[in-house]
Amino acid sequence: MNLRRDVFQAIADPTRRAILLLVASQAMTAGAIAANFDTARPTVSKHLQILTECELLKQEQNGREIYYHLNAKKMKAVADFLEPFRELWDDRFNKLEAIMKAKMQEEQKKK
Amino acid sequence: MEKKTKIAAEDGKQDLVITREFELPLEWLFKAYEDPEIVAQWMGTKVLKLENKKHGSWQFETTDPKGNKHGFNGTIHEFVPNQKITRTFEMENTPFPVQLEFLEFESLSESSSKLTMHIVYRSAALRDQMLALPFAQGINMAHNRLQEIVNKLI
Repeated sequence: MNLRRDVFQAIADPTRRAILLLVASQAMTAGAIAANFDTARPTVSKHLQILTECELLKQEQNGREIYYHLNAKKMKAVADFLEPFRELWDDRFNKLEAIMKAKMQEEQKKK
Repeated sequence: MEKKTKIAAEDGKQDLVITREFELPLEWLFKAYEDPEIVAQWMGTKVLKLENKKHGSWQFETTDPKGNKHGFNGTIHEFVPNQKITRTFEMENTPFPVQLEFLEFESLSESSSKLTMHIVYRSAALRDQMLALPFAQGINMAHNRLQEIVNKLI
């Protein structure tokens, strides 16, 4: 079985990507996840099953409920996991640099 | 081209280091962290409070494209102009606990400077979760853009 290919197939679906984004901020039950979509509950369950099978999601029993959360370890294996985080900071710092350069020029003009 | 912003995050550790070199003199880099109006500009946030001193605190509020407000706050532990800021950072109304940030500013030349940001999270798992957020957003955005292009082609 090609696990890598499976992961890419898993994230090729927009609903499954939206599920990953939802649980990225906190672990959720299947019911709570399904409440965010118009799709039928069994369809969401199927998506959860696929994401769990390729280990992008992990299940955790908490009392009677099963919570789904993101498996960061798996994500690190498939893609440049750090890159989006890096780009976020890079954009922010580029903005800082541009703003300060403009302010420096303004100041020089005054002199 | 070498990337300007670098992230060092070792596996299994609960911290990470962000470094960035700026084409700005040290004083101008530091000013971007000190002046509330400038912070508001580059962070894209409302600065409700920014007390740049030991025992001081800060409070930001951002509004997302949907109009939802998000609060951020923390305490300042060290504030040494043109050298360092040590502070806590908390995202309000999220399951993420507070994190500790060490910011160090240094001059590289008359016209360049460097920022080293060391962030410590409560656990290694939480650090990875913070990294996963932009990742999950990233694959969504990338695919949506791709989808738009594909839709135009069909």
